Amino acid sequence: MITVKELHKSFGEKHVLKGINEHIEKGEKVVVIGPSGSGKSTFLRCLNLLEQPTSGDIWFRDELITDPKCDIDLLRRRMGMVFQHFHLFPHLTIKKNITLAPVKLKLMTQTEADELAMQLLNRVGLSDKADAYPAQLSGGQKQRVASVRALAMKPDVMLFDEPTSALDPEMVGEVLEVMKELAEEGMTMVVVTHEMGFAREVGTRVLFMDEGYILEQNSPEEFFSNPQHPRLKDFLSKVL
Amino acid sequence: MTFWAEFTEKLYQNFVQDNRWRYLTTGLKNTVIIALFAVLIGVVIGFLIAMIRTTHDKTGRYKVLNWFSKLYLTVIRGTPALIQLLIIYYVVFASVDISKTLVASVAFGLNSGAYVAEIFRSGIMSIDRGQTEAGRSLGLDYNTTMWLIVMPQAIKNILPALGNEFIVLLKETSISGYIAIQDLTKGGDIIRSRTYDAFLPLIAVAIIYLIMVLGLEKLVENMERRLAKSDYR
Repeated sequence: MITVKELHKSFGEKHVLKGINEHIEKGEKVVVIGPSGSGKSTFLRCLNLLEQPTSGDIWFRDELITDPKCDIDLLRRRMGMVFQHFHLFPHLTIKKNITLAPVKLKLMTQTEADELAMQLLNRVGLSDKADAYPAQLSGGQKQRVASVRALAMKPDVMLFDEPTSALDPEMVGEVLEVMKELAEEGMTMVVVTHEMGFAREVGTRVLFMDEGYILEQNSPEEFFSNPQHPRLKDFLSKVL
Repeated sequence: MTFWAEFTEKLYQNFVQDNRWRYLTTGLKNTVIIALFAVLIGVVIGFLIAMIRTTHDKTGRYKVLNWFSKLYLTVIRGTPALIQLLIIYYVVFASVDISKTLVASVAFGLNSGAYVAEIFRSGIMSIDRGQTEAGRSLGLDYNTTMWLIVMPQAIKNILPALGNEFIVLLKETSISGYIAIQDLTKGGDIIRSRTYDAFLPLIAVAIIYLIMVLGLEKLVENMERRLAKSDYR
């Protein structure tokens, strides 16, 4: 579904991604882990072009999206994104947060979108918050709404950028639960996270990034029980 | 003569005799018209300039327009409003037969636009970049994201500053008399020149300005309360 070739990204002098090659199949749940500053978030943000790659090619469903002629807005409808800091729209109710994009982009009528929003909110246990504003929600609730907002676009792939890193510890579980359910339904997912438990349990493949490279990747079992690269061994010994 | 008798006599002279109150009502009408159109012009110009400047800073587009915008800001903010008014009346529109009220509206609108532009820009910059990214990540284009997500939040943040600017603008129109417009200030001044009494006409004018400003304050307050709806926890 997604193919990345020789992806480089620099911010000024700072070379953050140093040649990423990766292929993600439909239905895969790819978990990206690594120390802070390793480039994992930048890699994820390049996938939907929130960051413009400095060089390299990215294909999404057989379309070269790094081609300047590619319609980025059209592409982004097919890729949902969940951010570390939720980024709900504070001036809109929860329901409006969810229905804004599908209705404005004329994918659904307001009634259809409202129905879908209620259905999705029900699934994450927040249907009673439909008319509340984001400020009235806890962090965990906000992140569940943010996931629903992305899902309402009926995307082909969901990108999660450290979705639990800004949450109180006791709220991490409820968000991971939503992601787990999503995974079980067969959604293609790319998840940048520090939750090793989630990587092991839900991931179909785990990537380890450090200093702009993917140093190692494997199935979760092999990845955690039999790490090869010394840098990964060192990293795992500190976080597990 | 007792104080009260003297006072009512002065009141009569300044406002009733020869229908002198009309100088105030005509003046008020002109002041309101000038201020209203100036606000409209100022908001439109300010909004456009702010959009050009922020879009340029975010995306690098509109290089030439951005340069002109900065020039406009420098010139308008760097020279007194009175000089701008005089130049626009005596130089720009010198050979055109055009309503003075319109000239004043344009002059004050052009002047206010520069300040409104920077207020809008500060409002847009006050919104977290994540809001734009969230909008864009859903497939909304730059303009829709700006209009539906960033601007409503920005306007809420800048409402006090915007109210401030409207108040300043309303009072700034009191220099319209320099191009012989009978605005509120000029109206009071005409009464003073007829009755040789400075106190009552000027106080009356001051009170009318004050009431208008109070009204504006109330308006802004109401809007702030309305927009604060989403803050309740």
